[in-house]
Amino acid sequence: MKFNFQGAGIVRGFVETARNFLGSYYDPERLTTVEYPERKLALPENVRTVPFLVYDHDMSGLRCTACKICEQECPAACIKIIKDTVKKSDYLGKSQFQPQVFDIDIAVCMSCGICAEVCPFDSIKMDQVYELATQDRFAPLILHKEQLGKSNAYFHAIHPTDAVETDSLRDEAKRKAETKAAADAAAKAAAAVKPKPEISTTANSQSVGTSATANVEKAVAT
Amino acid sequence: MNSLDQIFVTLKQWLLSYVPTDFQPVGSALLSIVAIIAVFGTAFALTTILERKGLGRIQNRPGPNRVGPCGFLQPMADAVKMLTKEDIVPYAADKVLHYLAPIVLTVPIWLAFAVLPFGRNMSAIELDASIVFFFAVGSASELAVFMAGWSSHNKYSLIGAMRGIAQMISYEVPLVLSTVPVLMLSGTLNLNEIVNAQSGFSFGVGQWNVFTPWGAAGFLLFMIAATAESNRAPFDLPEGESEIIAGFLTEYSGFKYALFFLGEYLGLFAVTGLAVTLFLGGWNAPLAFLNVVPSWLWFFAKFGALIAVFIWARGTVPRLRFDQLLNFAWKFIVPLTLVNIAVAGIWYFSSDHLAYAVRWLICAGIFLGFYELLGRFLSLKRAPRTYRYAE
Repeated sequence: MKFNFQGAGIVRGFVETARNFLGSYYDPERLTTVEYPERKLALPENVRTVPFLVYDHDMSGLRCTACKICEQECPAACIKIIKDTVKKSDYLGKSQFQPQVFDIDIAVCMSCGICAEVCPFDSIKMDQVYELATQDRFAPLILHKEQLGKSNAYFHAIHPTDAVETDSLRDEAKRKAETKAAADAAAKAAAAVKPKPEISTTANSQSVGTSATANVEKAVAT
Repeated sequence: MNSLDQIFVTLKQWLLSYVPTDFQPVGSALLSIVAIIAVFGTAFALTTILERKGLGRIQNRPGPNRVGPCGFLQPMADAVKMLTKEDIVPYAADKVLHYLAPIVLTVPIWLAFAVLPFGRNMSAIELDASIVFFFAVGSASELAVFMAGWSSHNKYSLIGAMRGIAQMISYEVPLVLSTVPVLMLSGTLNLNEIVNAQSGFSFGVGQWNVFTPWGAAGFLLFMIAATAESNRAPFDLPEGESEIIAGFLTEYSGFKYALFFLGEYLGLFAVTGLAVTLFLGGWNAPLAFLNVVPSWLWFFAKFGALIAVFIWARGTVPRLRFDQLLNFAWKFIVPLTLVNIAVAGIWYFSSDHLAYAVRWLICAGIFLGFYELLGRFLSLKRAPRTYRYAE
């Protein structure tokens, strides 16, 4: 039943706020805010703060190949990469460059995520850490390779969908590379075997064999 | 129990016995000043934190709870912050008035506390027309608001000050008119006498003015006018953060800003103390057998309860528009206070002819009928409000 005397709305408002006041004491569910340092809410999957570098297994498995695409694309110019002189082999078994220095100035980074989008090696991804305050505003805000490198498991933990997709693509690439390598090896073996019966071959058949070898070498180089 | 009731009076007399006779009036005044500043200064600090916590709970959040146990040292942190802030005076400001405005606001309000009876035999000075004194010093705050707004040389300050003046003068009228029935029925302007007039008990319940129809109506009207008079939400248009930055406070910073806040809260405390004195029986106990509790404790219990009501209202009612504010004062509150004076007259002259309950019902009926009719009349021209998106 609704009483409609003059000023009834104000009285109802007072009742409502009184209910909020008392209710917030016995029913913690009513509280709309979270007391932050003690309790933290789970972040949505697409939250992004600053970039990080993904590695497989350990830091030596850093996916970054120092291609410098992210450095060039970064609108804020907060990434600094210096190539190492030593190469290493990646997950496909190819020899790749690696960064000697990989620094991100998170004071300049604006969390746009362009670096993560352009990376062809699924190496740079967006992190979800947000407690980044430091006492000094210069040196501690420049994150080095060692601080940026985080495991693939961590990537799975914070961006499950993206990580699963990335992993399946990488597995696919690896499988293709392996079949191709096997096929090439078979072709090479066949090419190596084929000329054997006809030792006095023509120039034509020899040229096929060399081109097959050249193909294999090319595949390894790429 | 009587000794506990009079403990502060005895303490003051004991301290005064060490003072030469010639200086005893001055010493007495100084002791009262120290006591009032200490008590209401503490009350100010306590109210700020309790208000923030209460408003938080009303909005379903915990409120400040970080500084000290349960956040109760928050006022200290606020004070340190205010004191260490830079005190900026605008280049084009009227320096003297800008400096004087917070002082002019705060000092007269301290004077108003001098006449309030905080307990049995516990008012700083005994004046025959103490309520007149109270309203006289209380009206100085209008001057301070205008000084602050004018001297800042800022259009927002000036708009805030103009709003403040219009609002405070408009609500000064119902504030004084709503006290008139009390003065009529108790026949005195002395606040101590007004409390004494409410000290009887009928059927074990205190004979407070608020238990009569004219007293209840006057109390509500007084509370509404007091909210507006002390510039509190929902009548905080002079500050109006969402519209005019901070109104007359815009160009104030640091300790002067804190003084304005102190002044506003002290103004609230003073009118709350007056409401307790006029309508809620002052320092009298509500029930006869509760007389053993010291009188000053009763005063401060009622005082705290009324402050809680002000905080509750602040958390409930949204800010009015300025035309609504003035219409509400002149078209609704002022006529009701006038009707209330008439009702008080009827109450007074019918006492010999009618039974108490009949008299009560007749007086309440007259006031409520007028209230309902006036409310309906004023909302006649308005179409029923439709909420296009909310419903």
